[in-house]
Amino acid sequence: MSNETTPNIEPAADLAIKAECRNFGFHYGDFQALQNINMPVYDKQVTALIGPSGCGKSTLLRSFNRMHDLYPGNRYQGEIIMHPDNTNLLAKEVDPIEVRMRISMVFQKPNPFPKSVFENVAYSLRVRGMTNKTELEDRVQHSLKAAALWDEVKHRLNDLGANLSGGQQQRLCIARALAADPEIILFDEPTSALDPIATASIEELITELKEKVTILIVTHNMQQAARISDFTAYMYIGELVEFGVTDQVFVKPQKKQTEDYITGRFG
Amino acid sequence: MNATVTAPPVPTPPTANVSDRLRRRASRHIKERVIEALLFGAALVSVFTTAAIVYILVKESWIFFEAVPLSRFLFDTQWTPLFDDAHYGIMVLLSGTITSSAVALLVAIPLGTIIAIYLSEFAPFKVREIAKPFLELLGDVPTIVYGYFALVFLTPLLQKIYPDLPGFNLLSAGLVMGVMIIPYVASLSEDAMRAVPMALREGSYAMGATRLQTALRVVMPAAASGIGAAYILGISRAVGETMIVAVAAGMQPSLNFNPAEPGATITSYIVQVALGDLPHGSIGYQTIFAAGLTLMLMTLLFNLLGLWLRKRYREVY
Repeated sequence: MSNETTPNIEPAADLAIKAECRNFGFHYGDFQALQNINMPVYDKQVTALIGPSGCGKSTLLRSFNRMHDLYPGNRYQGEIIMHPDNTNLLAKEVDPIEVRMRISMVFQKPNPFPKSVFENVAYSLRVRGMTNKTELEDRVQHSLKAAALWDEVKHRLNDLGANLSGGQQQRLCIARALAADPEIILFDEPTSALDPIATASIEELITELKEKVTILIVTHNMQQAARISDFTAYMYIGELVEFGVTDQVFVKPQKKQTEDYITGRFG
Repeated sequence: MNATVTAPPVPTPPTANVSDRLRRRASRHIKERVIEALLFGAALVSVFTTAAIVYILVKESWIFFEAVPLSRFLFDTQWTPLFDDAHYGIMVLLSGTITSSAVALLVAIPLGTIIAIYLSEFAPFKVREIAKPFLELLGDVPTIVYGYFALVFLTPLLQKIYPDLPGFNLLSAGLVMGVMIIPYVASLSEDAMRAVPMALREGSYAMGATRLQTALRVVMPAAASGIGAAYILGISRAVGETMIVAVAAGMQPSLNFNPAEPGATITSYIVQVALGDLPHGSIGYQTIFAAGLTLMLMTLLFNLLGLWLRKRYREVY
């Protein structure tokens, strides 16, 4: 059935593909959570994954950086190809740690480490073995600026990350994800724990970040998907129902089911 | 719009009439009170016991300190309360306690921490479920068994490596004590580390960290207060441990910190005197209360330190 879910228009001809799912499927133990996912992720674009709770959008997102490897009994099927390497990220020979060094992630609930603001951002550099103090300082400052947090925290770099406000914590987590220059950043409902003002600043930030990095975002908030994404994938019970340019998906969805969800008749 | 707002009707004052169905029933009320008093009494037992112990220790120590000035107790370098030329230098017993505890903690803290890291962060579910009860069993072995294990097994073994080692020594007592304390340190540290939310670990892994980096740089700092509390408990156990040192360390008071010597600890001295035939009320007998008070102050100090640690490094996830 998923063979029908080709992009509903082809404006993307001039866009490079950063990653793509090919017949991708996923099992939690015996439970088939995802099947037959075929979907491109375009380079330096924002792709939103939407769908009702339990549809598998977070599961799909977490497959890109092999987070499922952390728990026993999980199985991937098919392929997630990353370019320009043209390598299947799920292959046995691929080291998940190397994958995570290039595909970073921001979580639903801000999860700063029990460390200072500075060390939170420096963490992803330190685990890569960077020890040069000046270089670390430069990169941390650069990341905090890119995450639009520098002006608020430049005088409290030694404060605990947990002492920042919720929105600041989430931007700290974005700075942390940015520090090691990832190629893709995965956002798992990054604003669902934040107030509207903090949400607006994160959305603005995501829009700015796509200049440099490919973004894949799971969201429950339809308006958010419409506002910030270039492409939208609608999922339902483990399958990809529709994928296309966001404006098309929202204005003229091809599937009745997508339309029902988007217009709030269902889901 | 002239507001002729009338005040809401004032509720009629309650009448003295209470319907029988709603009336407070004396039988039920008294029963509740009795149960409450019983529960309170049960809770009071532990408070009363603690207070009584402190009272006896202080009162009996007072008698001791009336005969022996505090400065001699603290600064004398000999402990010979049973000799004609009596000296009461608690430092002598303290040196035995500190030495045996130090040996024990040098075993228990590193090993306990490593075991905790392994069980919490590395071990597959099944290994953990089997290994942890076995580990905790180690803490359930009676300490007298550990004491004889040190005396008749470990000491002869150590003597093969180091022939000059006396038959009674603080080293094997301390080593075996360390093994006894491992489960306390490991089990509590592991509980603290497992209580760290998965979200923090995922954050670390998502940054490309390895298991070891995640365990050492994220999980351990996040669990610092719990791990600190585990260490403090380990120290308290080591300082208060009695049977192992009484059996294996020789009960010979001497002021030195060499584990390869026999020695007496505060606890083993108390055992020695309490079981001996010293007349009650003599100064020699009163020494055990002064020694007991010292021990209690030490563990109190460690508990306060643990409390402070917990506040200082409160979990911040």
